[in-house]
Amino acid sequence: MWKAFVDYLTYDLLHLEGHLGEAINFFIYDTVKIWFLLITIIFVVSYLRTHFNTEYVRAHLQGKSQLYGNILAALFGIITPFCSCSAIPLFLGFIQARIPIGVTFSFLISSPMNNEIAIALLFGLFGWKVTVIYIGFGLLVAIIGGYIIGRLDMEKYVLMDVKPMEGELEEVKIQLSFGQRVKEAWDYTIDIFKNIWLYVLIGVGIGAVIHGYIPADFIAKYAGADNPFAVLIAVIMGIPMYSNAAGVMPLVEVLTGKGMLLGTALSFMMAVTALSLPEAMILKKILHIKLIATFFGIVGVGIIAIGYLFNTIL
Amino acid sequence: MKIEVLGTGCSKCIALENAVKQAIAKSGKFIQLEKVDDIMKIMEYQVVSTPGLVIDGKVVSTGKLLSVDEVLALINS
Repeated sequence: MWKAFVDYLTYDLLHLEGHLGEAINFFIYDTVKIWFLLITIIFVVSYLRTHFNTEYVRAHLQGKSQLYGNILAALFGIITPFCSCSAIPLFLGFIQARIPIGVTFSFLISSPMNNEIAIALLFGLFGWKVTVIYIGFGLLVAIIGGYIIGRLDMEKYVLMDVKPMEGELEEVKIQLSFGQRVKEAWDYTIDIFKNIWLYVLIGVGIGAVIHGYIPADFIAKYAGADNPFAVLIAVIMGIPMYSNAAGVMPLVEVLTGKGMLLGTALSFMMAVTALSLPEAMILKKILHIKLIATFFGIVGVGIIAIGYLFNTIL
Repeated sequence: MKIEVLGTGCSKCIALENAVKQAIAKSGKFIQLEKVDDIMKIMEYQVVSTPGLVIDGKVVSTGKLLSVDEVLALINS
């Protein structure tokens, strides 16, 4: 219905034709669709989130066995918010609760990768199948990555001395009325939307130009099946783009439409969200560079493997 | 009354501190405000997501940027 309206607006009402018409039609259609989905999905996730905060997650991860802890931590990562500015209290607080660092890393990998903005954009741009694949393999990287880090005996690389607490943490309960939860979720949604609407607009704008003007074989030549290094280059390019996920993802959608392979696109998007340079800089204050390099290395290899796997089987 | 804002210097922590300052001015009460940026002290409060808000030694909010009115409501309760 929305598609029909935009078609009517651009082709009948404004009499736009050819490349320009196609670009403008795509721009209006995509921007509004993505804005709508972003607001809806961020709202739903923020509402669920009013039941789980990080303190709650910590209390629930305490005393869990290795692999089970990794799985649980990765799952919690989907729903809890993550801000790289809280990485230090989170990391040290988990150690304080005697949670193994491997489990903490499962959470640290999963939480930014499965953030609500990325999920909303993926769903809006690529549909539910790609979203499920992204989340599923994202969880796999978080679980396996955290498990491996846990096995490497790297506790000694935490540079700050934290005294492990005695006993168990108290059960954290968040008591809010339904109305308070809705209000909190809505405020949060608007807050996020204010920060990213412009990036979406710019991302879709550039995408629209590519969509309307740049021929498919141009992109296929550089990012398609002909380039065996495409996945590797995509991952390296994705590392510095964390804060701009909202602008980058609409571009990726257009590129896949023009011949970029889906595996390459998946690897790129995972690198954008999971490997964040600002987060690494913050963690460097409390972690030895060897541990951070191991973390980036394991996640990087996992993401690249997913890219090649998908490019081969799809 | 004593209010502590827990945070290691992220933008949300600074914003919360400003909101608390405004709320204190609005409340008209005499309230002591302290910014806690020592990570060890933050952990003593069992807070793992910053910014945190502590009123008279009790944690009332974590990981959230509260509005001036929300802080005011917490002061008055």
